[in-house]
Amino acid sequence: MHIIVCIKQVPDSAQIRVHPVTNTIMRQGVPAIVNPYDLYALEEALRLKDRYGGRVTVLCMGPSQAEAALRKALSFGADEAILVSDRAFAGSDTLATSYALAAAIRQIQKDMAVDLVFSGKQTIDGDTAQVGPGIARRLGLQLLTYVSKIEGIDVEKKEIVVHRRAEGGAQILKTRLPCLVTILEGVNEMRFATMGDMFRAARYPLKVWDKDAAGIEDIEKVGLKGSPTVVAKVFAPQPRAQKAERIETQTGAPADLAVTLLAKLFTRYPHIEREIRKQAG
Amino acid sequence: MTAEAPSTTPAKKPAGRRRVEFDPRLAAYKGVWVFIEHEHNRVHPVSWELLGEGRKLADRIGVELAGVVMGEPGAATRDFCSEAFHYGADLCYLVEDPVLAQYRNDPYTSSLTALVREYQPEILLLGATTLGRDLAGSVATTLGTGLTADCTGLNIDMENRSLAATRPTFGGSLLCTIQTLNYRPQMATVRPRVMQMPERNTDRTGRIVEQRIALAEADIMTKVLQFIPDANQEQARLEYADIIVAGGRGLKRPENFQLVWDLASVLHAEVGATRPVVQAGWVSAERQVGQTGKTVRPKLYIAAGISGAIQHRVGMEGADVIIAINEDPAAPIFDFATYGIVGNAMQIMPALTEAFRQHLATAKLAG
Ligand SMILES: Cc1cc2nc3c(=O)[nH]c(=O)nc-3n(C[C@H](O)[C@H](O)[C@H](O)COP(=O)(O)OP(=O)(O)OC[C@H]3O[C@@H](n4cnc5c(N)ncnc54)[C@H](O)[C@@H]3O)c2cc1C
Ligand SMILES: Nc1ncnc2c1ncn2[C@@H]1O[C@H](COP(=O)(O)O)[C@@H](O)[C@H]1O
Repeated sequence: MHIIVCIKQVPDSAQIRVHPVTNTIMRQGVPAIVNPYDLYALEEALRLKDRYGGRVTVLCMGPSQAEAALRKALSFGADEAILVSDRAFAGSDTLATSYALAAAIRQIQKDMAVDLVFSGKQTIDGDTAQVGPGIARRLGLQLLTYVSKIEGIDVEKKEIVVHRRAEGGAQILKTRLPCLVTILEGVNEMRFATMGDMFRAARYPLKVWDKDAAGIEDIEKVGLKGSPTVVAKVFAPQPRAQKAERIETQTGAPADLAVTLLAKLFTRYPHIEREIRKQAG
Repeated sequence: MTAEAPSTTPAKKPAGRRRVEFDPRLAAYKGVWVFIEHEHNRVHPVSWELLGEGRKLADRIGVELAGVVMGEPGAATRDFCSEAFHYGADLCYLVEDPVLAQYRNDPYTSSLTALVREYQPEILLLGATTLGRDLAGSVATTLGTGLTADCTGLNIDMENRSLAATRPTFGGSLLCTIQTLNYRPQMATVRPRVMQMPERNTDRTGRIVEQRIALAEADIMTKVLQFIPDANQEQARLEYADIIVAGGRGLKRPENFQLVWDLASVLHAEVGATRPVVQAGWVSAERQVGQTGKTVRPKLYIAAGISGAIQHRVGMEGADVIIAINEDPAAPIFDFATYGIVGNAMQIMPALTEAFRQHLATAKLAG
């Protein structure tokens, strides 16, 4: 079983601050992390490896610093790591990214057949959930998104059965390998890195592929040129014109505050009272 | 993350407008389409919300609004077309085939891309649901066009007649407007409840354009073995709830979250929560409201011990009335709530529950 896991290095958006005056992103000191959603994909791949044997290759497209994300993945037990990095990729949107990653996966396949490609549900910076489906389409792989559970793999028949989160329930799907699976968040818990793997990860000779090594055939399809979407403007959310009306009473006692609030609410918004009555039956 | 770093985040591109010569061939693409999503005989309401929004866009550029209905042959599938007319569509493209009985990526992607190639819409909208995101990503890649995910606003840039799709970026702290300049169709997904539900007008009708596709079950590699409906349907309920009581980290301890449930039960409301509370395991992930949770649009949203961070706010500011209880008078939630009570949620919540209970009881007696 050879599984490729696509991981992205992202800024820890919990720590991103917007400059209050200029509305620009203050990136200084914001740590880069492995996209949290991708760790569920990695753990699921490692579990399949534990179950069926095989190899896990982690693949990342990004600047040279993204090496850190790959080493992190190695420390959890990934077998091999490849960084796809080239200035030509700068400004790639999801369409261009899936083109570059699909090309790299074809290259990997030349050395060893690939049974499964995993990706996270989405990234916390791009947040589009499109790169996975994009890669599947480009490689002609069956696509299984929002997978919450891998029921099992029939290695002989090359078939996989998964639970997929759909609206209002779970779809149980069976398909043929190779296929692309995007893993839902929260479905597993990442294992602890072992000392041995941490040492190995630190010393591991990463493969870094430029556009040629990654097998990019059409340079027009990556970077800004290969990206149909254009950011026309970035701006701060509109502050609401009006601040909250403060509910205050003489005593400040909770019961008084509550009664005062209800009186104001139901006078100004009779439809809310109607709604509450409707719900209450 | 530097500006020249390879990235997939559109916002990292220079924020200026890139000048692109308009390809005259693109003028052949006309009309606004909305994909009508249905499963288990029920259309997802996001499709009607999108028809409402699509209507505005179509009127702005003076074109027709079409619904795209795909499913197994039969009256149910056709009824969805009539419904689409009631919600504002001028016409519907209808693909009926047994292979489309349940959603699967492959046959849906090939059918939708075939339709787009044949009839060339300039704008194609889908719901940002699990189904819609799955389908939109595949269709956009197959067509080689741009797709803007999870938009919170759609508009037309009249200067170049293109779709201006606005979405949160950088963890919700900023918004960005994205355009697909030299590719058609321009695709976007929008989350349920972001757009308003249009009026349903049963007098409206439209025409149906039927399209055959040649797909054999034997050629489709993915099979649906089973569908297991959720035991608790709370997933769908929260987004469409009319009254929501939500709690945040200000409640301090998991036991105190009971105060939220207590008030909700008096109001027959749904319960929502902030992300830290979900991550701490106080309530299930289905109840998270916000950028990485649900977008809600209730008539009344009561927020207890919630700071009002932008990532939470984007999920609930569409509420008609917001009541905030927070002990910090400077909490951001007071900047956009309707009513604010500065105080300890552990004392205010029981008082509020009691006041609502009494009000409902007396009114019942009076009525
Ligand atoms: C990429 C990204 C996505 C995110 N997505 C979401 C999302 O979808 N949804 C979401 O909610 N968050 C999301 N967040 C997190 C968000 O930024 C905030 O951290 C979160 O909303 C804060 O939750 P809170 O208000 O419960 O907690 P806090 O920010 O800790 O606020 C607690 C509040 O309670 C008040 N308080 C304390 N004690 C009391 C008391 N006794 N009585 C009354 N008030 C009290 C405090 O004054 C404070 O204002 C996201 C963050 C990132 C980076
Ligand atoms: N630059 C990248 N390198 C490797 N994998 C990526 C990259 N960008 C996106 N992915 C994968 O695609 C998934 C969806 O990303 P997105 O479409 O940006 O939300 C992520 O969870 C990753 O698994």
